Amino acid sequence: MSNEHHDLAIVGAGPAGMAAAVTAAELGLDTVVLDEQQAPGGQIYRNIEALERGGHIEKLGDDYRRGAELAGALRASTATYCPGSVVWQTSPDGRIGLTGPDGARMVHARRILLATGAMERPVPIPGWTLPGVMGVGAAQTLFKASDIVPNVPVVIAGSGPLIYLVALQLARAGCTIAALLVTTPASRIASALKELPRALLAGRNLLKGVGWVQEVRRLGIPLANGVSGLRIDGKDRAEGISYEADGSRHRLAAGLVLLHEGVIPDNQLSLSTRCQQIWDAAQLCWRPATDEWGATSEERIAIAGDGAGILGALAAENLGRLAALDTAFRLDCIDQAERDRRARPERAALARHKRIRPLLDRLFQPAAESLLPTDPDTIICRCEEVTVAQMREAVHLGGEDPNRAKIFTRCGMGPCQGRMCGPTVASLIAHETGRTMAAVGTYRIRVPVRPIPLMTLAGLIGEEEGLPPGESTL
Amino acid sequence: MFRRSHTPSAGVVIYVDGKPVHAAAEESVAAAMLVAGFTSFRASAVSAAPRAPHCMIGNCFECLVEINGQPDRQACLTIVSDGMHVRRQAEEPGP
Repeated sequence: MSNEHHDLAIVGAGPAGMAAAVTAAELGLDTVVLDEQQAPGGQIYRNIEALERGGHIEKLGDDYRRGAELAGALRASTATYCPGSVVWQTSPDGRIGLTGPDGARMVHARRILLATGAMERPVPIPGWTLPGVMGVGAAQTLFKASDIVPNVPVVIAGSGPLIYLVALQLARAGCTIAALLVTTPASRIASALKELPRALLAGRNLLKGVGWVQEVRRLGIPLANGVSGLRIDGKDRAEGISYEADGSRHRLAAGLVLLHEGVIPDNQLSLSTRCQQIWDAAQLCWRPATDEWGATSEERIAIAGDGAGILGALAAENLGRLAALDTAFRLDCIDQAERDRRARPERAALARHKRIRPLLDRLFQPAAESLLPTDPDTIICRCEEVTVAQMREAVHLGGEDPNRAKIFTRCGMGPCQGRMCGPTVASLIAHETGRTMAAVGTYRIRVPVRPIPLMTLAGLIGEEEGLPPGESTL
Repeated sequence: MFRRSHTPSAGVVIYVDGKPVHAAAEESVAAAMLVAGFTSFRASAVSAAPRAPHCMIGNCFECLVEINGQPDRQACLTIVSDGMHVRRQAEEPGP
């Protein structure tokens, strides 16, 4: 299996991956798409083919039709689509380790495009580890993938466009939304208005958001703005959520609490491939450094879509196609003039999609308490159950960067490999030491980024050409 | 905590701790277990507190279960198959 070679291997089949694959295949590149899911779409357009076949797209909204078009174009292209393929390693030399339906294998590609998208930002508040506390996106995933909806009163808490959209989607599906608790402070709205003139140029997207808020009100979903001090209670599962609003403390019973403070790039593969990362002070997250074609500090690795910085699903398509054009140029399928000519409409569309971003970034900045939890007993590392107090102590003992703090506390050493605690650990260290996030840095991530049984891994040893028996491919 | 909006057209049966659970074809083990009413998927490694799926897209690793004898499988990324045996993980799975 070690002699599988491609021009371009794309990791992920969301909007960026699908658009990139279609363009790359069209330009004559031997392209393979490695996707964790069973069908193309990514998180945003999850299960879109089945939803379209069943005539159910309207339950999500008309915007999702675009996903069906992209999936159709991918299926019609010459790109090889590999569903159920979990990538646990990408190497700067173009090797990819993955586990697919037929077991583990290594693939070789002249270039790799990471189109791994985004993940919900972890929201470390008291009680967030209880069963019955999930991401807003997690509930939406169940809804899109399996038509599964909550049958208990739901409280949605946090900020960002997604909280309104999911509240509406669930309400239309007959669910009881006990409350929508919005953590955006009132003062933020005034400062975000400065970005409004540019956002107005985005036209339709802005109106769509305003329409969601209006429909939330029209449906009578209880809505509280400027909420803080979120705390989930319950013994073995979530039973309620308390919060501060209008100067007093309130509590609501809730069988399911959905949290959301925006999304951040899923950069686990780019981190493990040692692509240079930068701290994005506007989006308050780490992201890989990319040029205007998605190229990274690693010669063979490019990144497109939200995995390189949050710009949304439509921009992800443009970024995917730009990365594919650059790949075709670098692999001598097209010349520079053709690359640049084909890039022009993509760049124009991208500029349009970017107009609303400064407003969204500012308005929906994550709540301060989710970026920097202050309650000492709040768990920040869900796997190893490390608390705020324990992390503070480790910092004062000398754990002044995330990798040292990890050794002191085991924070980040559990199965999620720091995905859920990384941002919080860095922000606690920055706060305790008075340094910037950029100076504090982030976890070093090592392969495999997804668990793979030792027996499976052992089966690959020696299959790689040029490797003496017994020497690991890692 | 969850219900199905519609009855799935095709289904399979999986066994969770020996109990038969009806699942829709092509859905994740986590989705099937949630809709069947399982609120705890595993005990946490340090304090043995109950845990259940949090992110549903493979990032939080809260949904780790034993599937067909293999521990620490991500239930949210694993698709059900007829006759699959799932066990909830009661204690720290290993060092």
